[in-house]
Amino acid sequence: MRGILAFAGYVPYHRLDRAAITAASGTDAGKGTRAVASYDEDTTTMATEAARLALRPLGDVGRSAPDALWFSTTAPAYVDKTNATVVHAALRLDPGVSALDMNGSVRSAIGALRAAWRGPDTVLVAAADIRTGLPTSADERDGGDAAAAVLVGEGTAEVPVLAELIGSSSLTEEFLDRWRTPGDVRSKQWEERFGETHYVPLGQQGWKLALDDAGIGAEQVSQVIVAGTHSRAVRQVATKVGAGTGGAAEDLAATVGNPGAAQPMLLLAHALERSQPGDVVALVVLADGAEVFLFRVTDALATHVPARPVGAQVVAGRDDLRYLQFLSWNGMVTIEPPRRPEPARASASAAARNEAWKFGFVASRDRSTGTVHMPPARISYQGGALDDMEPVPMADAFGTIVTFTVDRLAYSPSPPIVFAVVDFDPPTEGRLPVELTDLDAADVAIGQRVELTFRRLNRSDGIQNYFWKAKPLRDDT
Amino acid sequence: MSSHGIKDKVAIVGMGCTPFKEHWDKGVDDLLIDAASETFASAGLTKDDVDAYWLGTAQSGMSGVTLAAPLKLEGKPVTRVENYCASGSEALRQAAYAVASGAYDVAMAVGVEKVKDGGYQGLNAFPIPNDGTARSLTAAAMFSLIVPAYAERYGVDEDVLRRVLAGIAAKNHYNGARNPRAQFRREMDVDAICNAPPVAGRLGVFDCAGVADGSAAAIVVRAEDAHRYTDKPLYIKALSFVAGNGSGVIDPNYDYTTFPEVAQCAADAYAQAGITDPRHQLAMAEVHDCFTPTELVLMEDLGFSERGQAWKDEDAGIFALEGELPVNPDGGLKSFGHPVGASGLRMHFENWLQLRGEAPDTRRILTTDGTAGRHLGLVHNLGGYPGEMVSFVSILGTELG
Repeated sequence: MRGILAFAGYVPYHRLDRAAITAASGTDAGKGTRAVASYDEDTTTMATEAARLALRPLGDVGRSAPDALWFSTTAPAYVDKTNATVVHAALRLDPGVSALDMNGSVRSAIGALRAAWRGPDTVLVAAADIRTGLPTSADERDGGDAAAAVLVGEGTAEVPVLAELIGSSSLTEEFLDRWRTPGDVRSKQWEERFGETHYVPLGQQGWKLALDDAGIGAEQVSQVIVAGTHSRAVRQVATKVGAGTGGAAEDLAATVGNPGAAQPMLLLAHALERSQPGDVVALVVLADGAEVFLFRVTDALATHVPARPVGAQVVAGRDDLRYLQFLSWNGMVTIEPPRRPEPARASASAAARNEAWKFGFVASRDRSTGTVHMPPARISYQGGALDDMEPVPMADAFGTIVTFTVDRLAYSPSPPIVFAVVDFDPPTEGRLPVELTDLDAADVAIGQRVELTFRRLNRSDGIQNYFWKAKPLRDDT
Repeated sequence: MSSHGIKDKVAIVGMGCTPFKEHWDKGVDDLLIDAASETFASAGLTKDDVDAYWLGTAQSGMSGVTLAAPLKLEGKPVTRVENYCASGSEALRQAAYAVASGAYDVAMAVGVEKVKDGGYQGLNAFPIPNDGTARSLTAAAMFSLIVPAYAERYGVDEDVLRRVLAGIAAKNHYNGARNPRAQFRREMDVDAICNAPPVAGRLGVFDCAGVADGSAAAIVVRAEDAHRYTDKPLYIKALSFVAGNGSGVIDPNYDYTTFPEVAQCAADAYAQAGITDPRHQLAMAEVHDCFTPTELVLMEDLGFSERGQAWKDEDAGIFALEGELPVNPDGGLKSFGHPVGASGLRMHFENWLQLRGEAPDTRRILTTDGTAGRHLGLVHNLGGYPGEMVSFVSILGTELG
């Protein structure tokens, strides 16, 4: 049986309280928060985090499960160069796992999921978005930054299907509702009513086709997710197709906001995490047409333990981000940089040589003494054995802060830099002085537990310099 | 570690040192010419009398041409050396070994750094292409890790330690205020140092060495030839160098309260010089006080204080100008700033002045006085940071044997 084998959402730590927009602009930006990618995150790093969370419950099998990795965003870190290969490297997938970008439109993410379903391969579909809009715009207020990943394939005893697809429909239509010129920081929208007159019928039509395809009635649907960037149309379709079902799924609009290409899979992950075996979850996506999926949750979901549920990530966020900081992280305003030389661009050849370390956080361990070397070394500092090292993936290790410092002088896109000496847990152990992220400098403490997270350290000459940082382990068990 | 050393085989017979300051009106060439000219005059020699040259600079020039061109040397061997912030000391070490080997009769070590042309505050390392994963921390941040670690290991209240560290800066500023070559010539009190704007961890601006341009130089000859050039040669008793392998950074057993490279380096130097009780045998020490906690830990690694006791000794004034063992009587990096390639030779220059009785009365050490007077001095110069550093120690003396 083909179905969803793994899934997860990723919501970044920072939130912009909409009251902060109101306070700065004087115009009422409403209630709630939106999720904000940190200054060191982009769509690639967020997709990586979502994919890591999705594969983690699968344990050692996780990395060998996908035949392909498809990444989708409207805000790619690179064009020309594939972004999915970065995710591929961070997940330490085999070279034979085909990593592709399916980027550009909000629709491309759900298209990737659709395509994954139609092929024979086990495909890890990852979507991420950073939604920007001009200051005080509706997109700024209602958008959100987040990621999600879904693994689609044939179930096995080891990796069972958690939700099967029981029916679907796909409708495509060309009309101009929302558009963005590549490279622009904002989207534009035609008169709202025009899009509404297309999307509402499309949603209703697609809904009926999908129900027919599944051979079920609306009353058998437990919850309905309606995703899309046309908020009025989304609300209307939710009301119309939701009638007679178990009701509308939580849309996270008041906490995360609408993360564009990542929204359908994020809301799907959130809904599945709140479902019981036998439930039918409907996903309706209004994006240049309508895509409808009807999933039935299997018994295997009852024993599935998410690495970090979307709901928990939503609650764990920090909502005191200053509006100016939000604007500067988004590139809307340029604040005075530290008076230090900007970092040099990372060397492509050095990065390629050290791919396992830089992207996969793979250390080396001396076979004779067990001493871990970060970065990997050829000669052990204990005993001096030459070329007797084995690779040790450390990305999923947890550690404890031994000592730390706040560096107010070092260059950072968002100073100050907080740096900690981290000792990793047994049995691997090993030590690394590593930059911390997703915390306030005043909150660091010796003894604090940390985990690793894939981030962008800086950017120079257009080259994204990716590496790992540590962040507080907020749900240590 | 084993070394034979070259005790009493080589002597310094001339030295010079420019003022250390923001030399907006002088380039590398000017600084080199000024330091070299003073040194030639000090030894009564000309550039043609020197057989070989070593130039220490971290990033103010490449190759021997950096020195040969401004001095207009003719057919001389010039070697540029770099060993982090110990580059100047490294130049002296090479020049001394060249003379000791018999290859040359007269050799000169020059150190220089023109830092202030960079356009940024602080020292900024020349970027070597890399994979982008290297730590981007400042040296201040790396050395700031010592403060909580030392406080915890020895049960010292961090606020007490904070004031002890400020006391180290105050001591060095007191000395520097009495030195016309120093960049900062103002005394600083402990409260002002404690209240300075934060830089990294608990370190404030005045816990950090300043940044300056400067140059210093020394001429070395075989010990038996020394009196041809001066009545008061300074004999090299020991030269030691250790380049750490960086394991401290990733070794879970490293606790940031000691610099093993320095302890190893000091042990080797003391063995070469036959020193068993440095605190009472040395008349003075010039040490690498790049940050106040660095000097604190150095007192223990150099064997001046017992482990865990340096904070008490600093507080008790043991290392003050009039103390039991004056440390940094010239004001140290704290007062001079740190032109990377020049600092090591500047430290030797203070030994040159003090041990030979040529330091001005306002900052003259008292440990050399009288019949029981001591006649040995120490230079400690390091580069890098805790867990990953190079360390240099030399012992110098005015008497043979």
